[in-house]
Amino acid sequence: MADLQTIKSELAIIGTGFAGIAAAVFASRNGITTSQIGVSGGILYASGYFDLMGVHPVKEQKVWNNPWDAIDALIKDVPLHPYARLSKADIRESMDQFVGFLNETGLPYKKEDDRNVSVITPIGTVKPTYCVPASMWNGVAALLDERPMLIVDFWGLKGFSAMQITEMLTQNGRANLRAVRIPFPSVDLSTDLFPERMAWSMEVEENIVKLADEIRPHLNGAQVIGLPAILGIHRTETIMSGLKDLLGCDIFEIPTIPPSITGLRIKEKAETTLPQRGVHLFSQKRVVSVKSGKNGGFVLDVGDRATGEPEHRIEADGVILASGRFLGMGLHAGRKNIQETLFDLTVFQPGDRSDWHQKDFFDSRGHEINQAGIEIDETFRPVGIDGKPVFDNLFAAGSILAHQDWIRQKCGAGLAVSTAYAAVRSFMKQVKNR
Amino acid sequence: MEDTNLKTQVLIIGGGATGTGIARDLSLRGVSCILVEKKDINAGASGANHGLLHSGARYVFNDPESAKECRDENRLLKQLAPDCIENTGGLFVAVEGDDEKFVADFQPHCDKIDLPCKPVDVKTAKDMEPALSDKTIAVFEVEDGSIDPFKLVLANITDAQKLGCKFFRHMKVTGFTKQGARITGVDLFNKNTGERKTIEADMVVNATGAWVGDVAKLAGANIDVIYSKGTLLITHTRITDRVVNRLRPPSDADILVPGGTVSIIGTTSLRMETLDEIRPTVSEVDRLVEEGASMLPVLDTIRYIRAYSGVRPLLGSGKKGDDRSVTRGFDLIDHARDGIENFVTITGGKLTTFRLMAEKTSDLVCLKLGVSTPCQTRRIPIISAYETRWTVPGFSPKQWVGGHEIDDMLLCECEMVPQSAIEEITGYFDIFKKQADLKGIGKRSRIGKGSCQGSFCSVRIAAYLYDRGAATANAGVGNIKEFINERWKGQRCLLWDTPMVQVELEEAMHCGLFGLELNA
Repeated sequence: MADLQTIKSELAIIGTGFAGIAAAVFASRNGITTSQIGVSGGILYASGYFDLMGVHPVKEQKVWNNPWDAIDALIKDVPLHPYARLSKADIRESMDQFVGFLNETGLPYKKEDDRNVSVITPIGTVKPTYCVPASMWNGVAALLDERPMLIVDFWGLKGFSAMQITEMLTQNGRANLRAVRIPFPSVDLSTDLFPERMAWSMEVEENIVKLADEIRPHLNGAQVIGLPAILGIHRTETIMSGLKDLLGCDIFEIPTIPPSITGLRIKEKAETTLPQRGVHLFSQKRVVSVKSGKNGGFVLDVGDRATGEPEHRIEADGVILASGRFLGMGLHAGRKNIQETLFDLTVFQPGDRSDWHQKDFFDSRGHEINQAGIEIDETFRPVGIDGKPVFDNLFAAGSILAHQDWIRQKCGAGLAVSTAYAAVRSFMKQVKNR
Repeated sequence: MEDTNLKTQVLIIGGGATGTGIARDLSLRGVSCILVEKKDINAGASGANHGLLHSGARYVFNDPESAKECRDENRLLKQLAPDCIENTGGLFVAVEGDDEKFVADFQPHCDKIDLPCKPVDVKTAKDMEPALSDKTIAVFEVEDGSIDPFKLVLANITDAQKLGCKFFRHMKVTGFTKQGARITGVDLFNKNTGERKTIEADMVVNATGAWVGDVAKLAGANIDVIYSKGTLLITHTRITDRVVNRLRPPSDADILVPGGTVSIIGTTSLRMETLDEIRPTVSEVDRLVEEGASMLPVLDTIRYIRAYSGVRPLLGSGKKGDDRSVTRGFDLIDHARDGIENFVTITGGKLTTFRLMAEKTSDLVCLKLGVSTPCQTRRIPIISAYETRWTVPGFSPKQWVGGHEIDDMLLCECEMVPQSAIEEITGYFDIFKKQADLKGIGKRSRIGKGSCQGSFCSVRIAAYLYDRGAATANAGVGNIKEFINERWKGQRCLLWDTPMVQVELEEAMHCGLFGLELNA
């Protein structure tokens, strides 16, 4: 153990999911020397749609057009929700900075500042969201207008049916729809296709022409074309404008079922850009143990995700815990209770396992377990049962926080980004400038 | 479209093992029949049991008649339905603290009815089944086996359909028309489609398991039924080669039955007043885990993939004591006793004796119809093994790894069910002019039964159904919701460790992204 190489940084961010990435973005903007550790699991399941706030109260399934009004209503009704620790100006600023970061990396996003938009899901339902990858933005308008629309899918791409999406959108009141299934260029007809492989293949120039050639005979006057999200990993914008020129139609992507390429794009951008901005990234590693250091800081041993064998030691003045819930392994469910996995923090939770989940999976009240998590003070420090911060220099962000249901409230991205923003700000105030 | 009004010699109500067994028995005798089921095959206890082919040894103390029936049917079924049965053999096992007198009496009781049973020394038994507890004190070997109730029931109804029997799913009996002492018509309603039907039959058979009282009441007859709920758990991997029974008077978590790639531990026993809440609870699950672990310690730490509950319909007034000790023999009721000449009810019994129950019921029905053809099911084997092979755990992966068409793809990755299997199964729906749906495909294959419990395959198969034109408008997406909720019943009480991770992903996908909780 003693011969572990030690890395010193001001801040260690535990987690490489949405909140972890956002925290690293904000930390690097503030010139904080930062280490980041995590196994990218959940982000690969991201659809690419950034929800800010869509549904409140969950039980009434009230869908909001204006996310800011929804946040006002939420804070009034649920004063313990993490959003209640933030001003709307902070939330807006955090989203703008984060989207700005993605734009700089070449993964542009679009939004209407003060309203949610409706987007198409992989199964053809329509959901409210706030901020949309530019590659999907044409779909937002196309959902509302009446231009002849063609939805394309591919032989061999399972779980994505153009026929299903047209049937579902027709139910939703959109007319003028057609579906077509075509072979994917440069691939043997008889292959089980995976979105990642298709996306890499689209990065090859000649495949764009071939794809356009496959689609062209089916246009029949279509003015807008929806395709599964397979249009490249890094050069999506170029690929799309190429297709647009070749076909003379507006093009948009629809996310495929998770793990979709849309999550991978964010992960790729973060992993290439953040290290360039000084973040020391321990990718596909996990923190295997944490202890207090000499000067009130933390010492984190980082090791292999599977064996837990320590490989590096990080000394940090402060830590942001963005380790997620069960999927991210920030929380662990036992047969009797829920525990936080690294600091053994107090977890707010329902009394008994029989109270964790409703009898109906889709119960409009949501599941009580989703309210479980870490409670924080006004500076995002986890608190103990006495309500006092456990450490002066430990902050929490993202879905591990208690008193929210990001899935049902449709606030996942906003929650991750804005709480990461607040945690970094508190770190600046209370640790870095101390 | 089927005719709205149909005539047949025998109308059978209930698509479990007994009902489908009767359909096959009567069809083999040349009697025309129709089977109606309010849900789909095995919706009740036939689909919610251990899948244990009893040797009979479990009943030697309390119910030697049942034990003998099991002994004989066990041998018969191994010959007649070999594809539905895994001839695992079984053990009876006592651990420290179990009643030693009970242990000592076991073999003599078996011998008394010529039931094969031989003692095994504990060390040998541990070699045979390493999962046995170190606290094991006595072991006997018997002729238990495991039976796939889905394959068995599907094969029975498919055999019957090949012989001309009609089978209507999702048709619930809403009323009976009577003239004098006879039922002249049975009214049916499909709540999914709104379709109504009336069927005229010379004889009506009530084989609705726990629901026999409800159906009899509609016909104006009275049956007192006690409902005893039993809960079982399916483990993620197979624990033992053989069936393992606890050698003690019936109690919780007494029987572990292996089947293909999994094992099933059960049961509990809980008296229920109604049939409204037949689902597992957290306390039942915890009880099974803790109690089962005293016989097989690995049950404390193993991953579980599903819990489910069934109802034992027990006739007679509520006796004190454990419901599992009430006779497990069956009751065949001729409702001439209630003034209805052409109505019979069959209930009770167990999966192992389903054929015998069907034979006795069909004998009575034929007597009343004046049909003299004897029962054929003692000698004619089940022939629909091929069409029903997709239900067997482990069949599909073996098939896939052994080789597949190059353009085939796995729609259910956990259980490795390929598109070609789904195509074939939807084809059977076509042949009998039925609409394929996710739950129906689920009953006829292993989809949704692996670790993701349907999160992904439901979406992929719904997409396939749309492509095929088998789903239109909202129907396929509605199917996804129904399918997920059906799987949820069995997941909800098992959400610790990895399954909790899986469920979080499932909700993020189906609610977070698809917004299915907001879409009807």
